[in-house]
Amino acid sequence: MSVLVSQLFTGVSIGAVLLLIALGLSLTFGQMGVINMAHGEFIMAGAYTVYVLQQVIASAGASLLVALPVAFAVAGAMGVLLEVLLIRRLYARPLDTLLVTWGVSLILQQLARDIFGAPNVQTRAPDALTGNVRVGGDLALANNRLFILALAVLAVAALTLVLKLTPLGRRIRAVVQNRDLAAVSGVSTGRVDRLTFLIGSGLAGVAGVALTLLGPIGPTMGTNVIIDAFLVVVAGGIGHLKGSVIVAFALGTLQSMIEYSTTVSVAKVGVFVAIVAFLQWRPQGLFTLRTRSLA
Amino acid sequence: MSRSGMSARFWGGFGLGAVLLFGVAPVALSDFRLSLLARYLCLAMVAVGIGLAWGRGGLLTLGQGVFFGLGGYAMAMHLKLADAGPGNLPDFMQLYGQLDALPWWWRPFANPVFALAATVLLPMLVAFLLGSLVFRRRVRGAYFAILSQALAAAMAILLIGQQGTTGGTNGLTDFQGFFGYDLDDPVNQRMVYFIVAGALLALLALARQLYRSRYGELLVAVRDAEERVRFLGYNPANVKLVAYVVAAGMAGLAGALFVPAVGIINPSLIGIVPSIEFIIGVAIGGRATLLGPVLGTVALAWAKTGLSERFPDEWTYLQGLLFILVVAFLPGGLASAVRVLRERLARREAGSRPGPGSAPAAAPPPEPAMAAPGEGST
Repeated sequence: MSVLVSQLFTGVSIGAVLLLIALGLSLTFGQMGVINMAHGEFIMAGAYTVYVLQQVIASAGASLLVALPVAFAVAGAMGVLLEVLLIRRLYARPLDTLLVTWGVSLILQQLARDIFGAPNVQTRAPDALTGNVRVGGDLALANNRLFILALAVLAVAALTLVLKLTPLGRRIRAVVQNRDLAAVSGVSTGRVDRLTFLIGSGLAGVAGVALTLLGPIGPTMGTNVIIDAFLVVVAGGIGHLKGSVIVAFALGTLQSMIEYSTTVSVAKVGVFVAIVAFLQWRPQGLFTLRTRSLA
Repeated sequence: MSRSGMSARFWGGFGLGAVLLFGVAPVALSDFRLSLLARYLCLAMVAVGIGLAWGRGGLLTLGQGVFFGLGGYAMAMHLKLADAGPGNLPDFMQLYGQLDALPWWWRPFANPVFALAATVLLPMLVAFLLGSLVFRRRVRGAYFAILSQALAAAMAILLIGQQGTTGGTNGLTDFQGFFGYDLDDPVNQRMVYFIVAGALLALLALARQLYRSRYGELLVAVRDAEERVRFLGYNPANVKLVAYVVAAGMAGLAGALFVPAVGIINPSLIGIVPSIEFIIGVAIGGRATLLGPVLGTVALAWAKTGLSERFPDEWTYLQGLLFILVVAFLPGGLASAVRVLRERLARREAGSRPGPGSAPAAAPPPEPAMAAPGEGST
């Protein structure tokens, strides 16, 4: 029984990581339809932000807290820059956007290698996040995993509030649902696009901060997570956050279950097969925007 | 140009290519350079398939390395078993010492006929399975691209994870013989080069016939207006499936020949990054042309060996930048550079004012207006 619960917790915490790295994508890919392969490198930028801040701020806890907004700003700024310079010109060609941003990610990885060196670097975790919480019997929940779970829940809640309640959120949803109608209603779609991209990329930075708690950070860390993140959004469906949330936790649990009975590599393949099978059932993902478009 | 004129031009170019590959290159190049060329030509064979699937069919397949790898591993497994001799384990399995007997899925590859067939048919089978699942449910565009990329990631992870039976990150290497011929002998290496060059020319001829056939026109139609094709009574899923499966077969053949030509196959040759590098070469050369993908891939691979050894860092920047510029501003590839420039000059002379601000981005049409139906030009 406790094995099942602890596997479930592992699954939920894998899901929380997946959710954090996919949340920004579900905004830029899910809402705007932009395939940004450099998203993984924005995550990397967030992680390196922690590393840099720790050189300045001695306390690991304080540096982590400071890093959250700073990483959001750093990654968000990179996202806006990318949007203005390249992506804006390519909205009509989504597949080419994918390739162009992959080129960008190649360059950003090399930049990281030149600045921080090719080997992985280690960040210090705050003492408060290194231990376990004992929950009855022999069940122990790792503090850093709990922190990431809380961060993921917080990020989803904040994003939902922004989308549902603020004027900006209303404009974002309007542009997603019908770009032309939003434009003739006086919404500056270009500006909304930039702001959406700022938030989506900023969330990647926050995810990067979270990832520093789980392992070393290096120039290729973005590549390692980007595929998983995209799969979450693809299976979750376009235009809805809740799809990504549900799928992230479902995939996390599935992966931890397969991992427990076999190996990590088999689990990755299992998850991929599960997603292809799932898309047979729901080709547009879990939740879809109802449109009358044929495409 | 008339159809027969196009044909004469194509076969002229084809003959010239054959003379260069079979006559000039073996004389002019050292054994080392020739084996490098064989390697590039193998990559170019994958590019021919990508040109078909992506350039003509609009299927951005980011996982072509999977099929390349399946073909390569099928061939490598046979060579390993042939080297070990009947009844013996391949050397690396003895080294890792986890196994007492050959795994069941290795056994059929001892048969040369099965192994040779598998190098092409196995990738086609995998492509057929994935493609028929995905295309029938109208998963397309970016969704398809991401799924194909995830397939490459999953395959590489699986191979690395199963070190005892696949060689892990080291892959399979150190082959002695190739169907009875000693691979260390330079004469036999030359023979492998000729096989590779011949296979590439054969694939080009096949691709050209496909492009010129009714099917080729249908494929372009599906790329440009899938729904209209559907309303005309065709099933776009089948049209795409054929292109995807053929491209997979080409990649498989390329992988199979890569193994004797280069002497290694490993996960780092088939994962996400090499799969996208195939795409870069095709994009640079001109995705919808016949020869563009081949020339782009060979040029890129040649530049990579030349430059990445001396300037590894700068090379990565250059590669990324080249990719961004070509895809964003010259979607037809370098093959279209002359045409784009000429059109722009013509427009300027015609009196319209393009203005410096509207320059590169606005120029290419939404989806690249790609080569005319008959091609054969470089």
